[in-house]
Amino acid sequence: MFEFAWLLLALPLAGAIINLLFGRQIGARNIGYLASAAVAAAFLVTCWLLFNLWQLPAEERTITVQLWQWITIGTFKVNAALLIDPLSITICMIVTGVGTLIHIYSIAYMEEDERVQRFFFYLNFFIFAMLILVLSDSFLGMFVGWEGVGLASYLLIGFWFDRRDDSYGWYADAGKKAFLVNRVGDFGMIIAMLIIWSTMGSLTFLDVFGKVHSGALTVGVANLICFMLLIAATGKSAQIPLYIWLPDAMAGPTPVSALIHAATMVTAGIYMIARTHDLWQIATSASMVAAWIGALTALFAATIALVQTDLKKILAYSTISQLGYMMLGVGVGAYSASIFHLTTHAFFKALLFLAAGSVMHATHGELDIRKMGGLRDKMPTTFLTFLIGATALAGIPPLSGFFSKDAILVGTLRVSPVLYAIGIITALLTAVYSFRAVFVPFMGQPRDKRLYNHAHESPPLMTIPLWILAFLAIVGGLLNLPFVETLSHWLETSLGPQSEVSLTLELLGITLSVVVALFGLVIAVARYLQNEAWPRRIADGFQGMMPTFEHKYYVDEFYNGLIVNPLRRMSDWFAEIFDPKIIDGAVNGVAGISAQVGEWARHLETGAIPTYALSILIGVVALVAYFVLHA
Amino acid sequence: MVPTGYYLILSGLVFTIGVIGVLTRRSALILLMCVELMLNSVNLTLVALSRQWDNLNGQIFVFIIMAVAAAEVAVGLAIVIANSRHSNTTNVDDVKLLKW
Repeated sequence: MFEFAWLLLALPLAGAIINLLFGRQIGARNIGYLASAAVAAAFLVTCWLLFNLWQLPAEERTITVQLWQWITIGTFKVNAALLIDPLSITICMIVTGVGTLIHIYSIAYMEEDERVQRFFFYLNFFIFAMLILVLSDSFLGMFVGWEGVGLASYLLIGFWFDRRDDSYGWYADAGKKAFLVNRVGDFGMIIAMLIIWSTMGSLTFLDVFGKVHSGALTVGVANLICFMLLIAATGKSAQIPLYIWLPDAMAGPTPVSALIHAATMVTAGIYMIARTHDLWQIATSASMVAAWIGALTALFAATIALVQTDLKKILAYSTISQLGYMMLGVGVGAYSASIFHLTTHAFFKALLFLAAGSVMHATHGELDIRKMGGLRDKMPTTFLTFLIGATALAGIPPLSGFFSKDAILVGTLRVSPVLYAIGIITALLTAVYSFRAVFVPFMGQPRDKRLYNHAHESPPLMTIPLWILAFLAIVGGLLNLPFVETLSHWLETSLGPQSEVSLTLELLGITLSVVVALFGLVIAVARYLQNEAWPRRIADGFQGMMPTFEHKYYVDEFYNGLIVNPLRRMSDWFAEIFDPKIIDGAVNGVAGISAQVGEWARHLETGAIPTYALSILIGVVALVAYFVLHA
Repeated sequence: MVPTGYYLILSGLVFTIGVIGVLTRRSALILLMCVELMLNSVNLTLVALSRQWDNLNGQIFVFIIMAVAAAEVAVGLAIVIANSRHSNTTNVDDVKLLKW
């Protein structure tokens, strides 16, 4: 029954192709329905696979479905095959499930856009590529999906390529930035694949992991591979130092931000590390670096999110921050906790983005939270669902975000108290900026009357997905309650048994998480609702840091100074000096020399017969003399 | 029997006369005649050496040269006539149509 797993890939692809070829004929609205139906069908297939996988005993839940022989060059063989196990199916559930909701939401959201056909083609293509990434049984297949989602991301960030504004510049440039920064990470992936192939002679996950367990890999090589994979993960999952593309990626339509840049694609790096955890368990140094990168990214991004005024950028930095948590989780070996957080994050962050999109829909694309205010009365559904999403993000129990974040933090506490401290500070900041994003736009008095009067609730096609996601964001924690750990046990087949945490540690972690989240809530209420003085005094303590936060730690400026501008200047030099002077000079020089020689040599052609006769004679005499004298 | 060397010396003299004629004279007709002198000096050499080595190849070769020479003269004279009709001269110094 698992041989029908290819349907999972074929359905979104078919949706994409039909929309591409016949979109004009079937009409703008049907395009959206068709695309949504394709992904919904893929979701049903995933459910069916999940059900079948559930029936099997735990140790048989790793199934490789061979499709065809893909590449055969000498001893280099790669099959096109799908790896179906609890991990890949769990991610597929998120991709197709959340994907379906976002497709449905997009029908209404993109209704008035003239390029709706292109939009749904890209969106279905993204789902297709993402499923390849998740289901492939080899590094190479995963890389194909990895590049495919990168392409879809590029196309969708620059979807409104003809627009520009002050915060993003040309939207097409935002897409370019994302693509180029991702290429840096992809380069790490390619190098990692080359090392894996040259040391182990296979790119298939199960072969490689088998060889790793039989001790074919030294710790040094494993660390090298994992460092390269880490570069790839920092690119795709927007971690330090390659996170800079994600805030700009918000130039894309909001459903894209929800689907690609919050719920699915950006978690690919986390998925990849979890998938290759057999390597990472050997590569302890690389794991430690990953944990530190994750923790620092979480903290930095959270501080930036505190001072952003653009609603989508707050969410973007919070995504980076949450991805930092996941990276921290995989770094300290809490793989299933990271996958758990990935799942709940997909729910509540997609919810937050879609709710933000609903606000944009109501306010003609306005995103500056300083201009909003009091929107609660105008859009109750959006407000309520946004509040649920923010509460889950802030980690207030019993919503889903609390359990998953706590699982990662407890896993961290087991390994390193310092990292745990960073994580818990970040949790406090998370709570503050989450509720700031709720209170400032939705509560209080309207700041911009015109905006307020225009605002209205979104149509049901948009609010129904919001409610479903809100429901999932509330109950998502049930997937993996502390001490019960349904999801962790389910994932054991793929991720191995997770280390046990002592009861005291677990309880300590939970208590601290609750206290910190609630303290964050108190700060936000005092600061943004009741406007009390004491939170301002705390903020004043960090006054010196504010410009740094507002300029996002000058990372963009740093890259501009270090890489972008020197590259531009070098390109200018090549374009204005090297190409015209040296390259053109060489070509024109050869032609010029030929012309000069010809100009001189043509005077030999006098046209006078005696001259020719004389030269023939001289030639003959010379030849005869040569043969006579040398013979 | 006359020694072969004499023939060769005579042939060399005739060839030299032909060469000097080609280089110094300006009349196209005389040029053609001088070319004939050179060709026939070669014929003389071939016949003499053919006799010397008792080998008929040289004499056969002479026939071919004669045929080619006849053809060459026919073409050459035709060019001279055509040119004299065109520019009313047979002086080769005045014919420089192929100059650069």
